[in-house]
Amino acid sequence: MTLIDLANPTKFLSLTARVLPWLAGATAILLLVGFYQAAMAPDDYQHGAVVKIMFIHVPNAWLSMFVWSVMSLAALGTLVWRHPLADVAAKAAAPIGAAFTFLALVTGSLWGRPMWGTYWQWDARLTSVLILFLMYLGLMALWRAVDDPSRAARAAAVLTLVGALNLPIIKFSVDWWNTLHQPASVLRMGGPTLDRAFLIPLLVMALGFSLLFVTLHLAAMRNEILRRRVRSLQMMQASQQAA
Amino acid sequence: MTMLGPYASFIVTSYALVAAVVLILIGWIAIDYRQQRERLRELEASGVTRRSGRQATDIR
Repeated sequence: MTLIDLANPTKFLSLTARVLPWLAGATAILLLVGFYQAAMAPDDYQHGAVVKIMFIHVPNAWLSMFVWSVMSLAALGTLVWRHPLADVAAKAAAPIGAAFTFLALVTGSLWGRPMWGTYWQWDARLTSVLILFLMYLGLMALWRAVDDPSRAARAAAVLTLVGALNLPIIKFSVDWWNTLHQPASVLRMGGPTLDRAFLIPLLVMALGFSLLFVTLHLAAMRNEILRRRVRSLQMMQASQQAA
Repeated sequence: MTMLGPYASFIVTSYALVAAVVLILIGWIAIDYRQQRERLRELEASGVTRRSGRQATDIR
């Protein structure tokens, strides 16, 4: 099967049927290893055991931005190449991205209360991530509000690309403004500043959550293709009954 | 719990919340898949066929 074959939804369904069980298995194994390593990681000299929240907060925060990046590529696919699966990919990714962003916000708050003394601060990093979460919800509402799927796809693609402007703001907010949130300690020029005892479990968890996203995304795309098949068959049925 | 220190409730709540949201996502996607397959089966049973002539529920 070549890459161009994936443009065909039927071929895509065939591929997902084959790879999903393997992906789900690999995700479960990686997450189990990650959770075990996180449980066994030593306490931080400043944060104590609260550092364990980092192992789930950081992967969710990374994925909140990564999923919007995937949706932005899909938006280009919708607007420029009119790829048949581009809108399916973007629409299927949005609720998963919203869930990761919600988890990043809540686990960040639960980390912030013992470390900063507050659940929430209107600083640039926290506020820009909250805006990202609201954009996910807005995009999901847009897909539901517009009846015509092709019009909804184009409007959602434009909104997604406009929303992508928020991604560099989130990433560099800790450098551009004086924020309560700490600066980057893994994805930074000069390499990670984290000790290996924390870095390795964090990277395993990040890989596990990334595979979880790929697995859930493929499954959600399969559902969306079937939903569109149902819609077209219902329209055929209605036109047959009218004739 | 005691080995997690004075902020154990924050740590446990974080992990429990992540587990709950991931399980809800998995459950929602699995239920949605069943619903779409069921709708396709009903349409197929009512005599509607795809333009390609393939079965509506054929995903292989």
